[in-house]
This record gives sequence, C-alpha cells and structure tokens, in this order.
Amino acid sequence: MKPARFDYVRAEHLAEVHDVLAENGNDARVIAGGQTLLPMLSMRLARPKVVVDIMHLPQLQTIDADKGTIRIGAGVRQAQLLGWPLLSDRQPLLAAALPWVGHAQTRNRGTICGSLAHADPSAEIPLVLVALGGTIELSSRRGRRRIAADIFFTGMMSTARSEDELIEAAILPARPTGSGYAFQEFGRRHGDFAIAACAAVATDKGTRLAVAGVADRATMHDFAALDGSALDDALDAFAWDLDARDDLHATARYRRELVRRMGRAVIEEARRCRA
Amino acid sequence: MPRLNATQRHRVRLTVNGRQVEADAEPRMLLTDFLRHELGLTGTHVGCEHGVCGACTIDIDGVPARACLTLAVQADGGTIRTVESLAPEPGRLSILQQAFRRHHALQCGFCTAGILMSLDCYLRDRPEPTEAELREFLGGHLCRCTGYTPILKAALEAATMLHKKRPEEQLHA
Amino acid sequence: MATTATTWCGQSVERVEDAALLTGRGRYIDDLGVKPGTLHAAILRSQHAHARIAAIRTDAATQVPGVAAVLTGRDVTALSASLVVGVKAPIECWPIAVDRVRYVGEPVAIVVATDRYLAEDALDLIDVDYEPLPAVVDPNDALDPARPVLHDGLGSNIASERSFRYGDPERAFAEAAKRVSVTIRYPRNSGTPIETYGLIAEYDPGEDAYDVLSNFMGPFSLHAVMARALKVSGNRLRLRTPPDSGGSFGVKQGLFPYIVLMSLAARVAGKPVKWIEDRLEHLSASVSATNRVTTLDAAVDADGRVRALAWDQVEDVGAHIRAPEPATLYRMHGNLTGAYDIRHVSVRNRVVLTNKTPTGLNRGFGGPQVYYALERLMQRVAIELDLDPIDVFRRNLVPSGAFPYRAACGALLDSGDYMRTLETALTDGGFAELRARQAKARAEGRLYGIGCAAAVEPSVSNMGYITAALTPAERRKAGPKNGAQATATVALDPLGAVTVHVASVPQGQGHRTVLSQVVADALGLKFSDVRVVTELDTGRDAWSIASGNYSSRFAAAVGGAAHLAANKIKGKLAKTAAAQLNVSPDDVEFVGGKIRARGNPDNALPFSRVAATSHWSPGLVPEENQALRETVFWTPPQLTPPSDDDEVNSSLCYGFIFDFCGVEIDRVTGAVRIDKYVTMHDCGRILHPGMVAGQVTGGFTQALGAALYEEYAYGPDGSFLTGTFADYLVPTPMEIPEPLILHVETPSPFTPLGTKGVGEGNCMSTPVCIANAAADALGVAAIDLPLTPAKLAAHIHAAEPAPRSRPTVAAAPIKGRALRGSGEAHADASPDAVWRMLLDPKTLEALIPGCHGVEKLSDTHFRAEVTLGVGPVTGRYKADITLSDLDPPNAVTLTGIVTGALGDGRGSGRIRLVPDGAGTRLTYEYDAAIGGKVASIAGRLLDGAAKIVIRQFFTALARHTGGGGKSGFFARLFGGRA
Repeated sequence: MKPARFDYVRAEHLAEVHDVLAENGNDARVIAGGQTLLPMLSMRLARPKVVVDIMHLPQLQTIDADKGTIRIGAGVRQAQLLGWPLLSDRQPLLAAALPWVGHAQTRNRGTICGSLAHADPSAEIPLVLVALGGTIELSSRRGRRRIAADIFFTGMMSTARSEDELIEAAILPARPTGSGYAFQEFGRRHGDFAIAACAAVATDKGTRLAVAGVADRATMHDFAALDGSALDDALDAFAWDLDARDDLHATARYRRELVRRMGRAVIEEARRCRA
Repeated sequence: MPRLNATQRHRVRLTVNGRQVEADAEPRMLLTDFLRHELGLTGTHVGCEHGVCGACTIDIDGVPARACLTLAVQADGGTIRTVESLAPEPGRLSILQQAFRRHHALQCGFCTAGILMSLDCYLRDRPEPTEAELREFLGGHLCRCTGYTPILKAALEAATMLHKKRPEEQLHA
Repeated sequence: MATTATTWCGQSVERVEDAALLTGRGRYIDDLGVKPGTLHAAILRSQHAHARIAAIRTDAATQVPGVAAVLTGRDVTALSASLVVGVKAPIECWPIAVDRVRYVGEPVAIVVATDRYLAEDALDLIDVDYEPLPAVVDPNDALDPARPVLHDGLGSNIASERSFRYGDPERAFAEAAKRVSVTIRYPRNSGTPIETYGLIAEYDPGEDAYDVLSNFMGPFSLHAVMARALKVSGNRLRLRTPPDSGGSFGVKQGLFPYIVLMSLAARVAGKPVKWIEDRLEHLSASVSATNRVTTLDAAVDADGRVRALAWDQVEDVGAHIRAPEPATLYRMHGNLTGAYDIRHVSVRNRVVLTNKTPTGLNRGFGGPQVYYALERLMQRVAIELDLDPIDVFRRNLVPSGAFPYRAACGALLDSGDYMRTLETALTDGGFAELRARQAKARAEGRLYGIGCAAAVEPSVSNMGYITAALTPAERRKAGPKNGAQATATVALDPLGAVTVHVASVPQGQGHRTVLSQVVADALGLKFSDVRVVTELDTGRDAWSIASGNYSSRFAAAVGGAAHLAANKIKGKLAKTAAAQLNVSPDDVEFVGGKIRARGNPDNALPFSRVAATSHWSPGLVPEENQALRETVFWTPPQLTPPSDDDEVNSSLCYGFIFDFCGVEIDRVTGAVRIDKYVTMHDCGRILHPGMVAGQVTGGFTQALGAALYEEYAYGPDGSFLTGTFADYLVPTPMEIPEPLILHVETPSPFTPLGTKGVGEGNCMSTPVCIANAAADALGVAAIDLPLTPAKLAAHIHAAEPAPRSRPTVAAAPIKGRALRGSGEAHADASPDAVWRMLLDPKTLEALIPGCHGVEKLSDTHFRAEVTLGVGPVTGRYKADITLSDLDPPNAVTLTGIVTGALGDGRGSGRIRLVPDGAGTRLTYEYDAAIGGKVASIAGRLLDGAAKIVIRQFFTALARHTGGGGKSGFFARLFGGRA
C-alpha cells in the first residue's frame, strides 16, 4: 500500500502552481493538507504525474474577514479556522460543523479548501458552503473566477473546477444579524462519513435546509416560512428528490427518514435561534 | 523550488526530537517509512496507512498529526517530535508515560505511541480536560486491547498531575 | 521443604513490558533489522470472488529493475505440497490461487523486489485474464446442490457433516410443554490487531532448511502443517518470533499460509524476503471469524425448565477449509449446553465452503456464534412463557454443589457456583435499580431494553476436540489426539539469577510480568529479580504442538507450568541448601531472597549463592540435585479424546460469566446507547487484577464492536465491501462505555494455580447481551448483528408512504454493490439516425466516456480501451460491449464488461427510442455490479461513479445529435466540464 511514483513541486509562487496545473492538467494534483489525497495515493486510486504543494505560499494562509464576508485561503487548515477566535461570532454554522470533520489529528493538517476540492458528498464543509450560499474562488493562468457553491459541486467527487484551476479560497457570508443556524449530523461513529448531515439557515427571507450524505453532493432547498404539515410535505418531497441510495451503512429509506426528521429538527432549531 | 523528480531520491532535512537530521527520500515516500526505515525511529508505528487508526500520530510542527498521511518531502524543513522524545532521560518516564504504566493503559503497545503523542500535545494546551473532551479527542485513535477505559483514566490523572506542577516547572507531558 | 505464602500473585504490579513500549523501544517484527540484501515482497490479489485464471502474464513485472522474482501458483505447486486439510475430503488447500480464485483478496502472484514501493510498482504490470464464475456467498446457498461447486473434488460445497445425539432428545421434545425456536445468522468479524502480519523468511539450500522470523502466534500444531507443505522435516523449518507483537486476538494464527508462501519466495529469490501485510490486505484476506446460520430449538417445561436442545449449525469457513478449521465449530462442542443443566441434546453440524476469505482463530473462537443462539433462545423462552428472564436462569443453571459437572456433550465443568454468582451479580450490579430505570424510561416513551446473558467461558482447549469432526470409526483409524501440553523452563545462571522461558508467544497480555510474579512467589524472590523470555525459537526451545498463545491457555496452563518448573528447581535447591544449613529439606524455606531454616531465620543462605552452586561446584552437588535448568511439560489428565459416543471434554477450564445491560435506542436515528453494562466473571484465581480487568474491558470492547459496528461484509456477487477502516468500523473511545466488572473466585481444581482463562468471555456474552437488550427495547423476536441504526430504525419508523411528487419507483431492495438506475435524454435526430449511431463503432467511440478506440468484432460486439474516473480516481479499463435484443429502431440492450486494476464492472441497460417531435426521446434503465479493489476500499464512490459514467454516455449521445438532457440537468451537470 505505497503510492506510485510522482514528481513533487513545492510551489514558492502562485504562478508555479498555475503552471504545473496548466501543463499537466488532470495528471497534476494539488496537495495542501493531504488528508484525503494521501490515502488515495497510497491505495493507488489516484496516480498523478506531479503533486504540487501549496502550503508554503503565505498569501494562501490567511483568513480575511470584512463586515460582509469571510475569505478562507487555500492553505488554511481546519484546526486553524476552528481556533480562529472570531469564528463562532462571524459564522456560527461553520463553527458548529467543523468539529464533525474527521478528528482533531486530521483537522490539524486538513484544509478547508482541500475538503471543497475533494467534494465528498457527505462532507461537512461543502454542506456549510452550500447552505450559506458561499462561493469558491478559482484561479489559473487564464485568470480568476468565482462560482457559487451550489453549482460548484456537480456530483460525487466532481466539481466545476477546470483542470488548470486552483481553488484559491472559499468565501462565506458572515452571519447577518437576525439570522439563525442549526447543524446536526448522524454517522455510525463520531468522525465517520455522515449518513446524513443537515444544516439550516433561517433569515427574514425564509429557511434554507442543506443536506449532505444523501444525494451525490450537498444539496439545498428553500423552505420559505413553511411549517406544520406543509413543512413535513415539503421535506418529504425534498427527501425523495435527493435520490438516496442503499449502501453498506444505511438504506435509502433510512436516509430519507433522517432527512425528514433531522431536517425538521434543524429547521425549527434555526428558527428558534433566530428568534 | 525545483521539481523533484519521481524516480530520484532527494535530500530531506528536518528537525526531529530537537536534532537536525537528514536523509534521502523519493517524492512518494511516506513520512512513516522515512522516520522508521531511513532515520531508524521505529517507535512510530504503522497500523493502517489510511489515516484512521492513529498509530502513526506524531507531533508535526507543534500539533499531533498522522505521519502516514504526510509525505517525507512535505516535512522538509519542518519540526517533528516522536515518542522517542517523551521520556526525560533514559530509565525515567514522563508523567504521562508513568500514568499509562500505572493504569495498565497499554497491552500490546502498538497503538500507544500515537496516543501518547496526541495526548502530549493536547495536555500542553488543555490543562484541565474533561473526560468527554478527552474521549472526543482520542476518538482519532483505535486501540484493540484495552477498551480505552484505562487510557482515559491515565490521561485524566496525568492531566491533573501536570496541572499541579505547571506553575513551578515546565515539565513535559 | 515448605511452600511459602503468596506475595506477588494477586497484586496489580506495574508491568515489566511497559517501559520499553512507552518509550518507542518495542521490538516488533517491522522494527528489527534485516540482513543486508533482504528483499521485500508484495502480493497481487484476486479482485474476483470466483473466477478461472485463464492466463497470468508476468514478463513486464519481471523486467522492472530491482525485481528479483515473481511467483505464481505454478511456482508454488512445483516447490511445495498442499496445506493439510482438517476433514476427510479430497480437496487441496494452497496458500495461493492455482488456476482458480475463490475469494476476493486471494493471493495470485508475489513480487519480490529491493523495496516495497518497487514491488508494488511491479504488481501493477502483472496482467491476469480471469473468466468470472458465479459466486456462492450465503452459507445456506452453499447447501444447494444446484449452486456452483468451489472444489471439484468435493462434489458439493459441504466439506463436513456430522450429527450427534446425547441423552434422549426426541423423547424430551415429544414430552415438552413447549417448543421454542430461534434462527440466527451470525456475521463475520475480526479482532483486527493494530499491527498486521509480518515476517522475514530465509532459505538455506545447503541444508534444505527454512528459517522464518514472524509474529505468528501459534498454535504450533500448524508448524507441522507448514513443514509438510514445504516438504521438509520439522527440524528444517525453524520458526522464531520477535519479542513484541502488536496484538493478535487469534488472528495472527492466520499468518501461517504466508509463512509457506514467503519461504518459497525466499527460496526462489535466493535472498531473505521480508513481507509486512498492509491494512487493506489484512481486512480483505487475513482471516475472519466464521459466519454461521444456526437454528436452535428448546424443549421447555411450562415453568421454563429446558429439557432438551436441538442444534442445527451451518458453519461458513470461506473458500478453503484451512487448518485448524473446522475447529471454530467444534471448540464449544462439549459445552453446547452452556451454563445450563440440560441432559438431552441433538446436534447437526454442516461445514460449508463459500467464496469468502478462509476463516480461522478469532477471540471467542466459536463462542460468540454459540452463545448468540443459546442466549437469544433463553430470552425467547422467558418471553414465550411469560416468565421473568432471571427466573429462567435460576431454573436452568447448573446447580450449586454439582461441580465438577459432566455436561451432556462431555464438558467437565471444573468449578463454579453459578447460582451464587448470578445472585451476587444482580445485587452488586444493581439489577433492581436498572429495572426501575427502565420503567421510568418507558413511562417517558423512550425505547429502553434490558438484556442478560449467561455463558461458560472455556479455556485450555483439548486438542482432541477437533477430532469430533470425524466419526468414531475415522478417529480410531487416525489414532487418538488429545491433551494440552504446556511447557515452561526455569534456568539459573552463574550469578544465581533466574530466567524463565515459555513456549507461549504473547501479543500484549503481559506474560513476562505474570510469570515473574509466579516464579518469584515460588522461589521467595522479588518479582523484579526474575526475567522472562517469551520469544520462541522452535529450533531451540522446549515446545509442543499445543504451544502458542491461544485458547486462553496462558494463566491456566502456561502460568501453571512455570509454577511447576519453579517448584521443581526449588526442590533441588532445597536439598542442596538443607545440607549446608544442617536441616531437613522439609524444613527449608525460601523467603526474601534467602533460603533459610524454618524457625531460625539466622540460619540462612543467599538464594543466589545456592542457585549458582551447580555452575561453580557441580562436583559437590549430587546428580539428582543438579539445578541449572528445569523444563516442565504439563498436560492435564482430564483432557481425554472424544469417546465413542462423541462425548468430548473440549476444554480444561470453564469460567462463568453473567452479564446484564440496559440500552436505549434513539427513536429518530435507531442508534443504540449503552446506558449500563455489568459483567460478572468467575475466572478462578486471579493472578493480576489489573490485567484481568484489561482482558475484560478489551474483550468487552471488541464484543461491543461486533454487536454494533463491525462486519466483514460481502456483496451478493462475493465482492468484499469493507476493505478499509472507514468501512470496517472499529469502536473508538466515543463508542465505549466503562463496564462495571464484578468477580467471584472459585479456583479450578484442575490447574496448578487454580487459574482459568478470562480474555475471551465477553466476546461470547456481550454481543448477545446487547442484542437481547435491543430486542427487549423494540419488542422484536428476530434480531441479527451488527445492530446498525438503519436496521433497528426499520422497526421504529412507520412504513414510508410512496412519494407524492412522483410516480412510484420500483422499490426492489438493492444490496451490496448492485446498482440500478434509470434516466432519459433528448436527441435532435430521428430514432433511425440515433439507432445507426448506437451501432456504429466510430460514433460509439465518441460517446463512450474516456474511450481510446473501438474495435468492432462483429456487428453487435465491440471491444474498447477506456479511461474512467471520478475526481482524482481514474483508471484504464478494457471494455467489452455487446448489443442484444435488437428491435430497430425502437429498443436495444447494451451490455458492457469493464476490467482494470481498480476493479471490474458488469452492466446491462435497455435503451428505448421514442419519436419526440422531430427528435427522439431516449429512456434507459440499467443494472450494474461492480467489484474488485474499488468496491472493497471506496464503495461509496461507486454509485456516483456509475451514475456519472452512464449519464456521460447519454449526454454525449444527446450532444452528438444536437440535443440535450430533457430537464436541463445534464447541461448543468456537465456544462462546465466539456
């Protein structure tokens, strides 16, 4: 269980990263924390020709918060963000979800953007980004673009990133006043891939629920101000729309049931928390 | 930095347990193999090579992390501590190690190095952890022998002892 | 000579092992240096559950610089003999696939190279042509003569079948007030030690001898199997073990086929070969506990007294009946009546072969499977007769004062007081409070259940039990096998220090500490004065085929043998000392490092001086008193061979366990929370309470894993689904409550120290105790492990109404890795035009994702090379595509088979073309099955991967014709990726 051979580039300038990606396309892999890439390399599921290390670029290491947004650079580790003193004030949903990402020992190395790049359908960070309407900032030799999280994730481990692009940052809206949040997750064990994870955001415009672990990507739905049996019906329809599948750990039917029940619980909690 | 060629071995220099060391590695070499077979530090164990069991956990740049999920070349220029650094001197054990021995918090000892390194880092920052916090933190480790109960007891006792000592002397966990 | 009062035994002294292990100075197999030039092996493994090997091409691998040798089944059969099979059946058992693979993970080829990375590179270059065969996965299917046969020589998949009858079970059932029955399916699981297998093998052609250093745990009966396979006499296979081993739990018995394989690899390569198993190899192909289907019936009186049991066990040993199987099935045979006084028993045992990993030793070894059936049954007895479960125990436990008690199937239950132990557990464990807690929880509408389980925990197995798999006539022909030889050596050095050697290889149990305690007590020394060597060398040490660390034999047999060896040397030293002290040997005592006259402490000699006498002045010591080194071989007389009536005392000691617990099941998630767990043990005399607690909590934790989380799962096609620790779920500290451990001590009359085994009991009692509690909470009768939340929730959640928003979909349950899906797309071309595209190789090439060229073999048969991938996971595959059921231009069935390094897939889809305005509406339904590496280690990826690839095909088709996905979904999905 050892990786196949690859070249290694420790980038000292952003342009080097762009060059490696432009020149090698899908044969290049960015390594940041490596917490997902390394097992794939060791299992030889991934066999890049070149691995480019972006963890020595100071401009990617920053968390920048202005009054409306939080911009998290590609080099920011999950533990670093979790330890950011302003986190629970600026973005409580992310603060609630981050402790569910792997374990302390993997959060110490794993990055926020690495999780987005990997696009695991049960991952918490993509879920939070989708729930909050965040954006992903991509850069390449060709320039820079931003793409909304809900269209960035295109399926199981698939994203709208082009082969030559680096995920340079994740951008989240800061918590607007008067908004409420809730997060719940259920897995077989703590730290496991979620069988279902639900994040809800309640604002004066309505309530949005995003779900991970059920569809092939984190998926959201706006529930406006629905409640009572209307909310149940809408949740039921949403649960079916996610096209859940059976797997080793849970049935599709079980996943739908978690979406209905956990979904309702987080929606109500987010609304309470707003009130 | 030049592109390190896949088929060649490249010099990797780092600080391990307070000493500057260097050895050669192909870009693909895992840090676990580098520590164990190039540097001879066999106290760090390999249990799963996919980041779940925690046996290979070491202190990388001040935080506990999986050596098996790290390439040796990534660690170039970095600072690492392994289980070999924990005892204050040969023939003496640290407070944490003593607590493990007292509570029979190890049996086969294979997962132990990783757990000790995690706790050694953790107890420096969290002098008074609750049992629930410790459980969650140690959730990143698998032990097949002990059932965890004695590990938690040892960790709690070590935390208390370290906390008492802390103001007077800066002892290693 | 007089015995001295015990001092060290019974104390939880700090372990002598720990300082090294805590400081990174352990010496495990992969920590030891190797001879310069040692090579490293990697193994190519089958991705198929069942397939014929049509060809293996190794040329490219052999030519990789640094590769020294590549071995396949042919090389192995040329140089060795089949592993001996433990039943009378005309089948072979090779440690590598020969012409046919029978389970995912079975070795197919070995590469030996200068380092492991290189060896794995070369594995990628080995090309194997497989012709897949249907797999047999379910043990009940293996009974079906219509299913494919794994081993042609056997003619069926039943490797062994025997029926037994004790007392008069037919009459008891005929007369019983009630018949209660359970059918259970016990799943596969494993102790998964954190250290995997490892070995270094060397061959000396000059002496035709093999030398292997490995973390093999025994039993050393397998030494004979290995030597015969290697075609050398026993003295030409030297097995050694490193000082430390990172856990075993039985599992490291399964190393032995690899000892044979790598010995041969070393022989072919002409250099020492080192192999360290990796975790993926370990999970898929090391060894597993057996899965078993059991139907167990009880003949019960109206008051709950059980008069008879009828067992029907179908034991699944996987693809080969590998030694020592079918031992898992027979280890419990003598005590199939558990802790109960039941005189009439019938047993039907069938051992079947399936396309799964061969089974072997695993903590609990047969106990979990037996007690799951028996203790589920006892709960059902209470429920069906409306009795308090505790009263059912009281009515049926072997009565106090009946020990030693000869059970119906032959076990001689050595000691105990089950009734008193039960009552003590209930009182000290707070059973009444637990019932009150349950009542309160239920009043609040919570799902709270209480479970109980009683078990006898056998230890020190009788080698003869395995021969119960043979008929009495076959046994007579084979000659008797029985006993449990334990050995220990106590040696004195020229400075009078004491060293102990045993042939029991520890994997973390603290043997060195306990033996120090035992020998120090015998010789009146400090326990730190005694040093113990536990690494084993079959070329030098005193050992027997019963040696090794298995069947919980350490404390009872090995500790006892060390005690006897120490006393033997003590007797001699006493005589030497008596002459110098001018007293009778009977009046000599060993206290505090001195040998002295009883009643006159000043008349004393230092122990070390007397102990060194035979080194320094042997001429002064009479021959019979020479004391340098004493080896004791001990075997208990109670372990006789099975009788002609098939009664067998399958173990020497039988501890008693009574467990109870309270669990709550979450109404939303179905998750089980252990609210309280009490485990009461009578394991005889306790030598080291701390270690006994460690064995209990450790066993409890593994058992809790088996109850709630762990399963080696297979798909219906035999694909292996739990190839990583992300899918084989081992409990972490978050999942494990602290059990309340209670003890009663009734020493065993049959062991030198009164000790019994203790390490396996919770693996027998805990899974069923938790299941009983869950069944109680949910009010269900049938409940199988592992108790996954989804499984339990199915009992809690109301039936799911069909979706309102869409037509009902066929809700056929899909298990394992079978995928099913459907979709539709719109093409801007007529059905005729689309039809021509589907049958044209050039167009297909453009449509098939990642296609590198389509070769047309016939109008309806194509071959292609494709690169398929999801995210970073990409691989190159060979694809074979056929079109069938052609109904131009309305419908066609497209069947594809892809094979590659990451796995293989087979899919079939019916495509329908319907005119839709000027264009065509394409609808498709597909079924796919995916196996191999990706299925094992990244099963989560597959649904998505298949979906993406199939959608890509139709999107490409739509785009090719100028159309698009009907809902715009495809455009969104693939718009950015064109």
